[in-house]
Amino acid sequence: MNALPDAPVDASFLLRWLDTSATVLDREANRLTLLDSPIGDADHGTNMRRGFIAARTAVGQEPPDTPGGVLTAIGRHLISTVGGASGPLYGTLLRRAGKQLGDEPAVGAERLRDALRAGVDGVAQLGGAAAGDKTMLDALLPALDAMDTALAGGGSTTEVLDAAAKAAAEGAEATTPLRARKGRASYLGDRSIGHQDPGATSSALLVAALADTAREASA
Amino acid sequence: MLINVPETVVADALRGIAIAHPELTVDVERRVIIRRGAPYEGKVGLVSGGGSGHEPLHGGFVGRGMLTAACPGEVFTSPVPDQMVRAAAAVDSGAGVLFIVKNYTGDVLNFDMAAELAEDEGVQVAKVLVNDDVAVTDSLYTAGRRGTGATLFVEKLAGAAADEGAPLDRVASIARQVNEASRSFGVALSACSTPAKGGPTFDLPDGELELGIGIHGEPGRERRAMMTSGEIADVAVDAVVEDLRPEAPVLLLVNGMGATPLLELYGFSAEVHRALTERKVSVARTLVGNYVTSLDMAGASVTICQADEELLRLWDAPVSTPALRWGC
Repeated sequence: MNALPDAPVDASFLLRWLDTSATVLDREANRLTLLDSPIGDADHGTNMRRGFIAARTAVGQEPPDTPGGVLTAIGRHLISTVGGASGPLYGTLLRRAGKQLGDEPAVGAERLRDALRAGVDGVAQLGGAAAGDKTMLDALLPALDAMDTALAGGGSTTEVLDAAAKAAAEGAEATTPLRARKGRASYLGDRSIGHQDPGATSSALLVAALADTAREASA
Repeated sequence: MLINVPETVVADALRGIAIAHPELTVDVERRVIIRRGAPYEGKVGLVSGGGSGHEPLHGGFVGRGMLTAACPGEVFTSPVPDQMVRAAAAVDSGAGVLFIVKNYTGDVLNFDMAAELAEDEGVQVAKVLVNDDVAVTDSLYTAGRRGTGATLFVEKLAGAAADEGAPLDRVASIARQVNEASRSFGVALSACSTPAKGGPTFDLPDGELELGIGIHGEPGRERRAMMTSGEIADVAVDAVVEDLRPEAPVLLLVNGMGATPLLELYGFSAEVHRALTERKVSVARTLVGNYVTSLDMAGASVTICQADEELLRLWDAPVSTPALRWGC
């Protein structure tokens, strides 16, 4: 197997991920807001764009020198700028993941997976949601499972994150037939069926940005 | 839309509120509206907040006998914890602060985080959750009933108690009593348009109405062909009365969603009154107007609150805010 050379996940890697994420969310803001219109309150794209652009500016001014530090700082800025449910949920995801990484200067795909797992557990705990509730977890949980499988198969960081991105995108698409049980879409009952969840969609974009960052680093 | 750009809608409105209401301290940058003179010695501070787009809620209810501070978020987006922490620190006299939180996932998460941070800073915080919307029938498989019109009752009645010098646990228990005794039901005749989207948030053709709507432009549970004001009143009153089954006189709020003329709203309130009377519910006080709005949505909501003598007394107590003022 011609595994690509592994790029370490260090502070610089996650700062590049933040930059890519802010760019992607800026580009996709209108689509996220459109997804949020029929089953939410038409603001998911605007809020995510505002939060990630603010985090890029703030964290870029005084960049932490560990990957854990970068994630924790981004999480804190999201909590302070996004509002709504997305701010605390994405903020908690990244803060928990950052804390899990501790002071390590660089980690591999396995440690990154463990950190993301801790972050996703934090999201589930805070929001009280489970798989199938038509939330961001429906993109994140399949992404973690895909990382497990790819790691077990000895995949490189890029391969592991590519698998995660693919699973997250499929998971987001698979929310369309689901009936929402959490968040504002849940008020619609059966009428939430037939719409892709905006939170799962933004989660898939953020995981895809991780894969893109890894691919560029190893190119 | 009468705006500059979507990004500055909230800040622009705050600048306007600051000019029109010198009795309030408006921090445009940090997004907090505070009653001038706060903290008030020995009195509990009341802090509420939520997404913008529901004006006059909450900023229009800051003043004597109601809120001590309000934290406006982006349009239909809950404020961030920093705002509530700042508001709590500004209004705490040492008697503690009550957070009044409408039951939406975002509001609950952000106020919970804020309460923890404020307590770390030495402020005693109590929280009350407002969840009066009977249109959310299935609380087990949803985020639970939404906070809507009853927010006005909670803020007015708990605010009156705080103004009289009641301690934090008493103010909080009145707030909870009011929430438990209140029910709301809303109807939309048109969707609302958010500045970010620039158009209607859902598609509601002419000649149809949406029953059981929330206050964030989210559609309701059922769509029907247009009905008369009297027929809509019967549906709304049935929904709230069957759920609450009041045994005492009620406070009645007939609330406009933003784009329904007062002419229609007063006519509707007469029908609501008729419908309540037919169901043997007596109305002790009636408030009609646009108080808990949803941008430019056309429609109305009905809120009733079963009121004992004490709540009636607190309702009649003096209040002086931009949007609600009597007895002063």
